[in-house]
Amino acid sequence: MVAKLPLSAGDPRGPRRKRAGRSEARAGVLFALPWMTALVVFTFIPLVLTFVIAQAKFQIVGPPKWIGWDNYEAMWKDSAIWASVRVTATYALVSVPIKLVLALGLAMLLNRATALSGFYRTIFYLPFLMPAVAGSIVFMLLLTPGAGPVNMILGAFGLDPPDWLKDPHVALWTLIMLSLWPLGVETLVFLGGLQSIPKEISEAADLDSPRAWHKLVWITLPMITPVILFNMVIGIISSFQVFTQALVIGGTTGAPAESTLMYMVVLYRAAFRYFNVGYAAAMATVLFVTVLLLTLLIFHTAKSWVYYEGEGR
Amino acid sequence: MTTDLIRRRTAPRHLVSSVIYHCVMLLFAAIFLLPFYWMVISAFKSNIEIFSQPIAWFPDPIRWENVSALFARTDFPFLRQFANSVFYAGAVAFGTCFSCALAAYSFACLRWRGRNLVFAFTICALLIPPIVTFLPTYIGWSRLGLNGTYWPLILPSFFGDAFYIFMLRQFFLSVPRELMDAARLDGASEFRIWWQIVLPQVRVALVIVALFAIVYTWNEFFAPLIYLKTREDFPLSVGLFTFRSQRAVEWSISMMGATFTAVPMVVLFLFTQRFFQQGLATKGLK
Repeated sequence: MVAKLPLSAGDPRGPRRKRAGRSEARAGVLFALPWMTALVVFTFIPLVLTFVIAQAKFQIVGPPKWIGWDNYEAMWKDSAIWASVRVTATYALVSVPIKLVLALGLAMLLNRATALSGFYRTIFYLPFLMPAVAGSIVFMLLLTPGAGPVNMILGAFGLDPPDWLKDPHVALWTLIMLSLWPLGVETLVFLGGLQSIPKEISEAADLDSPRAWHKLVWITLPMITPVILFNMVIGIISSFQVFTQALVIGGTTGAPAESTLMYMVVLYRAAFRYFNVGYAAAMATVLFVTVLLLTLLIFHTAKSWVYYEGEGR
Repeated sequence: MTTDLIRRRTAPRHLVSSVIYHCVMLLFAAIFLLPFYWMVISAFKSNIEIFSQPIAWFPDPIRWENVSALFARTDFPFLRQFANSVFYAGAVAFGTCFSCALAAYSFACLRWRGRNLVFAFTICALLIPPIVTFLPTYIGWSRLGLNGTYWPLILPSFFGDAFYIFMLRQFFLSVPRELMDAARLDGASEFRIWWQIVLPQVRVALVIVALFAIVYTWNEFFAPLIYLKTREDFPLSVGLFTFRSQRAVEWSISMMGATFTAVPMVVLFLFTQRFFQQGLATKGLK
């Protein structure tokens, strides 16, 4: 994944080259200096400070009071945390696989050259550009009984639509549907994966078996498993951090009845509504550790999927 | 002989399958466009018409006055917030391009001790969820008395961003080293080599970074929600949210606001599509 770095030019250098090398090195450090500053000031110091603040009762104004692991203990006993963990995990584990399956299906449909291919691709990409706040409000209107077309269409098929926004058992589905809408990005990534399958293999499969699903199960899926797994873990990590849509649709209470209460919303409300920054920092630390473990999992299992990916090259 | 047989057998089926294919695709396209369509038509209905039964698939009459009604709102200073968004996205895109081009060039084309280590840290930074570093940064900015201004939102972009540095580095790697070495022999300064020789080679990459930065900043919600305090300072994303949470029943103004928030990005995309798709190819590698 990391491309080859240009190697140094070798030993036999004249004095002139050596001088050039020194000025190049100086320029290298100088050019990277703003970013190195950012790495320290905006990333690594705050990262450590988050762990530190998590050990304190701290309300932004006034000095922090050191309380050790009490914040974590309070988290363990906080029913809102557990509700949000349940909601966030459900959301991630339901929406990400559905999204990937849909995106893969769509990519397979798009993987054929027709006069309209460019048009379709543009349309499927558009939702990605919709600002999350605007998209969430539009979905609320689409699903409002009496105003939106979704319930009307379902009704036309003889289905009895639930109250998408007020029934605690289905409200999370509003968020899940909203997350499925901008699947153009994943689709295009899959499309890239599909198009990297060598033509000979794909055509040989067409001749071997007239059934399309044989090709899907035995050729296409194994060839792009790495892309799927990778997208799956990345998708789950980023759905742990969903905030905007949840705040617009459920507010800070995760209405109705905490059924849309995402982890990030609880964190936001702890820090910026109750000004309990130490508690929020503890929540951020737990999130960090969770994401770290998932990332290590990708790298640990990387061998099995990078192998596939590398073989083609 | 064999291929001939296959072709003869599939020729009539080909037409049928092609028709079915396009029907399925157009159906999907319609589903994906429905939210956009509903947003726009609702923006031109009155609040009563939005709830009229049976629901109308086209506004009748088209209420153009809703546009001026949006611009006239004092509790939703739309034009002001639109200008804020343009400023915010433009400044971040400019800062990101400049700072990331510097750092990415250094990582890709210049040799110095510790480079690979710093780049490894850059990759690590890419994996840290933003919220984990957010709280101390927020406290820092408020100690500096800069909360309620755009400084905390814009200034960091002038120092670089891990993702765009990673992306740009891929492009810089493809610039031939001979080009820089030749310039060095001619006595050009390192800064001039970067500015006059290398940057023109990666113009497309810079456009891609600028476009991604514009779209992400335009849609950014969390940071401006927390740092900015007054309605006149909000960018559109926060302005729309605030209006909606205070005036939940005024659907048509909300929809008009949403439309005008989305349209600039859609138009930008339609004109620059090929850059987005090229950029996405790099995103997939991430």
